[in-house]
Amino acid sequence: MIRLLVIAFLLAARPAFAVDSPAEMLPDHAQEVRAAEIGRQLRCLVCQNESIEDSGADLAKDLRRIVRQRVVAGDTDKQVVDWMVARYGTFVMLKPPFNWITAALWLSPVIALVLGGFAAFAARRRRAPQVAPLSAVEQARLAELTRPL
Amino acid sequence: MISRRQALMLGPFGVALAGGAAFWAMLDGMKQGTFDPRGLPSVLIGKPLPSFTLPAQAPSDSGFSSADLVAAPGVKLLNFFASWCVPCIEEHPELMALRRGGMPMWGIAYKDKPEAAAGFIKRNGDPFRQIAADETGRVAIDFGLYGVPETYFVDREGIVRWRWAGAITPDVTAKALRPLLKQYA
Repeated sequence: MIRLLVIAFLLAARPAFAVDSPAEMLPDHAQEVRAAEIGRQLRCLVCQNESIEDSGADLAKDLRRIVRQRVVAGDTDKQVVDWMVARYGTFVMLKPPFNWITAALWLSPVIALVLGGFAAFAARRRRAPQVAPLSAVEQARLAELTRPL
Repeated sequence: MISRRQALMLGPFGVALAGGAAFWAMLDGMKQGTFDPRGLPSVLIGKPLPSFTLPAQAPSDSGFSSADLVAAPGVKLLNFFASWCVPCIEEHPELMALRRGGMPMWGIAYKDKPEAAAGFIKRNGDPFRQIAADETGRVAIDFGLYGVPETYFVDREGIVRWRWAGAITPDVTAKALRPLLKQYA
């Protein structure tokens, strides 16, 4: 019973967001959901591994406010992200775009898979036994052994 | 000619050696203050100053705008500081030394109370031609600022050539600022 309760609580747990006061949130629910969604894609420049939506840093709070202002002003999601990228570079995007600088980052799983597959294939081939065909004597012996009684 | 077996032995050793050398270079850079692993490249490099107009911060009696900075002759430094920032205290003697050497510098007090920023300058000295206040930090965001202190090197045409996030130490002056001065002055 207790175990079930613990599991229920763990499943119900949600990450705590740093939006520290309801006053920070937009009155329009749909706009607030959109702004939070955009904020979760933007990196906090101070903490660097948190989104601005999760971070308690002062700068993240300022950036959250700007995201909300731009959403209210009617910007598309892409326009808001572009506004941030124009100031902080692509580093501000938690999911970096694919370009020649990030190619190694994005392609490394594929490269690892290809190299691994190649290595496995080579190892299998090497291990495959090289069996010579049976000689005439061996064939005669085999025929004798498998002869029906 | 090395055998296959030798190559297999030496390969991983070579990789480990190269990794160690790279790691050592990184640590050495961190010790010298010329490499910051959390440092971000500025998107402003090679671009004109973002446009801004900010009010005066005491002891200055007038604020300044990006146009004022561009109009000022020669190269200049723009420094964001705050009285609540510890590395700002650390770098201040170096800013004073640069000022004595004739480097034109403008200061912006970032997210600071006017009286606190004025007290900071009074205690530590005033290296700036003019000081302005960015109380909300909104202008700093147009610079892509992510902490204080941050210092921008602006050439005579008003193009940003260099940004340093962190304290300006004598090492930073010698290794980064002097070459810039030689290149753009």
